[in-house]
Amino acid sequence: MLNSKIPAGPLEQKWVDYKGHCKLVNPANKRKLEVIVVGTGLAGASAAASLGELGYRVKAFCFQDSPRRAHSIAAQGGINAAKNYQNDGDSVFRLFYDTIKGGDYRAREANVHRLAEVSVNIIDQCVAQGVPFAREYGGLLNNRSFGGTQVKRTFYAAGQTGQQLLIGAYQALERQVALGNVKMYTRHEMLEIVKIDGKARGIIARDLVSGKLERHFGHAVLLCTGGYGNVFYLSTNAMGSNVTAAWKAHKQGAFFGNPCFTQIHPTCIPVSGDHQSKLTLMSESLRNDGRIWVPKKKDDNRKPNDIPEEERDYYLERRYPAFGNLVPRDVASRAAKERCDAGYGVGTTKQAVYLDFRSNLINKYGRAEANKRGIENPDEATLVALGKEVVKEEYGNLFDMYEKITGENPYEVPMRIYPAVHYTMGGLWVDYELMTTVKGLYALGEANFSDHGANRLGASALMQGLADGYFVIPYTIGNYLADEIAVKPISTDHEAFVAAEKEVNERINTLMNIKGSQTVESFHKRLGKIMWEKCGMARNEQGLKEAIAEIQALKKEFWSDVRIPGDINEYNPELDKAGRVADFIELGELMCLDALNRNESCGGHFREESQTEEGEAKRDDANYSYVAAWEFKGNHEWNLHKEELSFEVAKPSQRSYK
Amino acid sequence: MEQTINVTLRVWRQKNANTDGKFESYPVSNVSTEMSFLEMIDVLNEQLIKEGKDPIAFDHDCREGICGMCSMYINGRPHGPWHANTTCQLHMRAYKDGDTITVEPWRANSFPVIKDLVVDRSAFDRIIQAGGYISVNTGNAVDANAVPVEKQKADSAFAAAACIGCGACVAACKNSSAMLFVSAKVSHLSLLPQGAPERKTRVMNMIAQMDKEGFGACTNTGACEAVCPKEISISNIARLNQEYLSSSFTTAE
Ligand SMILES: Cc1cc2nc3c(=O)[nH]c(=O)nc-3n(C[C@H](O)[C@H](O)[C@H](O)COP(=O)(O)OP(=O)(O)OC[C@H]3O[C@@H](n4cnc5c(N)ncnc54)[C@H](O)[C@@H]3O)c2cc1C
Ligand code: SF4
Ligand code: FES
Repeated sequence: MLNSKIPAGPLEQKWVDYKGHCKLVNPANKRKLEVIVVGTGLAGASAAASLGELGYRVKAFCFQDSPRRAHSIAAQGGINAAKNYQNDGDSVFRLFYDTIKGGDYRAREANVHRLAEVSVNIIDQCVAQGVPFAREYGGLLNNRSFGGTQVKRTFYAAGQTGQQLLIGAYQALERQVALGNVKMYTRHEMLEIVKIDGKARGIIARDLVSGKLERHFGHAVLLCTGGYGNVFYLSTNAMGSNVTAAWKAHKQGAFFGNPCFTQIHPTCIPVSGDHQSKLTLMSESLRNDGRIWVPKKKDDNRKPNDIPEEERDYYLERRYPAFGNLVPRDVASRAAKERCDAGYGVGTTKQAVYLDFRSNLINKYGRAEANKRGIENPDEATLVALGKEVVKEEYGNLFDMYEKITGENPYEVPMRIYPAVHYTMGGLWVDYELMTTVKGLYALGEANFSDHGANRLGASALMQGLADGYFVIPYTIGNYLADEIAVKPISTDHEAFVAAEKEVNERINTLMNIKGSQTVESFHKRLGKIMWEKCGMARNEQGLKEAIAEIQALKKEFWSDVRIPGDINEYNPELDKAGRVADFIELGELMCLDALNRNESCGGHFREESQTEEGEAKRDDANYSYVAAWEFKGNHEWNLHKEELSFEVAKPSQRSYK
Repeated sequence: MEQTINVTLRVWRQKNANTDGKFESYPVSNVSTEMSFLEMIDVLNEQLIKEGKDPIAFDHDCREGICGMCSMYINGRPHGPWHANTTCQLHMRAYKDGDTITVEPWRANSFPVIKDLVVDRSAFDRIIQAGGYISVNTGNAVDANAVPVEKQKADSAFAAAACIGCGACVAACKNSSAMLFVSAKVSHLSLLPQGAPERKTRVMNMIAQMDKEGFGACTNTGACEAVCPKEISISNIARLNQEYLSSSFTTAE
């Protein structure tokens, strides 16, 4: 039943052939076609701008007060592209291969190859827009390396790459707004998909300032609404990131792909107390220059700088000599958890490891600078001072951020870090054209499940979001809309719009009328705790079954005892949050169900029942080499559809980074 | 290290744009000094909801100092007492037991209050629409390394592009001028070769829109630079003025 629409032919020809043969819409007809873009992060802003440029009539929506504030803005470390400017052996094939392997052979070859192909165009486009990537003294672009690769292919702008890319896409979008090709709706939240004759034809959105519901028609609808890491309550995502748009689509027939595939990022600032509202990432790029270690002695309470070199366990370098500190995220996270669980953790909570810059600060950067400036026999203080200048330029804002949050100076003492929820590889199932199982409904960026398999490599989410928006959807949407040119805009008085709005209205009223005793936040925290403990870094059958029962009970309690202050027809952030938490609760159940079904370990999904003798994740290709696409059937009920994965070029092998 | 303190918050409460606002005081007890300022308000809001009162509305999203959404005027200073900092990155370590902290929204006619501490900053988006971009359609780009950019220029462009569009500069300025924000964008784009073709029209159009939105004139007090969380330099304003002058001469015909 699932048709992934992967074009025939050799892998490297598929996208070229597709582009050469897909249907086109002529310019006059484009002007008659309306497209709704929900979400204006990297995926949505790039899509809305590009479709506007092509001449489609676009309406774009975001819940923040400006598209420039989407969660993408927070991405730090960089964006990958197979430019091979470093002449270090990179190529489209290598980027493709690293991504498939990094994803632990649970992604579609055709999609990933296309991603690697268009990666080079992204960098060109961004530079043309004025994105100020880091440069060398000769004026050419600089690169750094990221986990899971042995080449330097990551383009960056200090620790603010996402900001600079989003500003580029945002400016392109605002230019289309000024030209009248895109109409932008900020502080709006999409709350329902409207389907007519089985096709997505519009949305119901709520104006978050007035609280009023609105109906919007579109010949096609694009969801670019980001990931759902906040189902865990604590994550590195922005506070507002949520699953609501994707979840409404799911309930309208869009299958959910691999919901349990969650990325736990190894280097985040540890939890400091119960008040904690979010966790802060310290970019993976820091692993270029920081070494991760714990004391060799259990419960060693000495200050880190007092622990001599030979009493430190650089456990990543020890366990994975080939990749060392640059192993993929899932591997690094589990290794940190293993050390802490075994009693070697540091800091007051003992749930942390050190990320230490001192040796590179002195030896790598300090010495290089000293050489450059012709300082002979520099003493350590000079080396530290020189090294600091370079590190400041590379990562400055991240070091400042760390100091503001923890009150400690990471130039002097090692950072304390611990894994935290960061990204969701799972998402709405889409075919090669990025269409969900609902006709005319597309999902782009982190909201879809498509390219990262069971583990995403660093610096690849920005690449995927922009690939989808700038270079994929402009072609694939034409292939669909070419057959829709005869469809006149449908009046929003159509019964489907009326019914959808009524449904949304009733749900909001039900929520407001519960008038219970517990806050939305308290439910969210409880859900997060269940998810983190039982569907987090390690999962097992018993825990997952318990989690499902607990979540079902939590849902009942939520719908009978939540308290939402204020009114419907006003600016009411608690009401917005209540709707999102209600959807997270339902999603949490599906994630556990998916994790329970997948009785293998792969990438970030670690089933304790399936590990090698050395404690590494053990895949089971014979039984689980598929995408799990879940169909919503009703309250607590789902059907599993399997999209079998076939690997013609990158033959699956047990991943090894040793 | 971690301590617990008690503070009093004096917060601006305003139901919506059409009603008058006033200050209300709330005691907040047992605040950990490891908490962020916004987490302290989260705690207060939980308490208010439990008491059946309306929680304090405020803008925030990333809580990492990068989205530009948070916007509180704290004890007479946008984003509070710390240098080069956003409200969300301010931590309670900055306060002592017994402190009274006054919190207001950004005050500027061009930023009308939506509710409590939430204001409407869409004027900034409209200024960008007027010219804060490089006109290049998707697919039109040449190879990224085809045009080398002097490192120093690229670094200066990046420093200007670091602006998060928070509006603290406007809130700090006695004239409610948006010059720091506008000059950051003009500098970012005009320092790069890619931005050169539109250099003249860009600055004219952005300034015209800024005036239309009702932002005040710049009298060089430097208040904006002092509070800017991203340390956007006031030298960008000088650059903008030069760009503006040379554009006015040459585009006159
Ligand atoms: C701290 C951090 C650092 C990161 N660093 C990197 C990195 O260095 N490199 C990398 O490749 N990746 C990185 N990532 C991952 C990457 O940033 C994200 O995966 C990516 O930006 C997601 O982009 P997006 O466009 O899909 O969604 P988002 O940027 O999350 O945008 C979602 C959009 O949808 C809107 N929206 C959501 N729901 C609704 C609704 N119901 N109605 C209306 N609008 C809605 C929002 O307003 C927003 O505009 C990082 C992530 C984090 C958390
Ligand atoms: S110039 Fe500074 S204060 Fe003004 S909007 Fe930009 S970041 Fe905020
Ligand atoms: S909440 Fe994003 S900058 Fe403060």
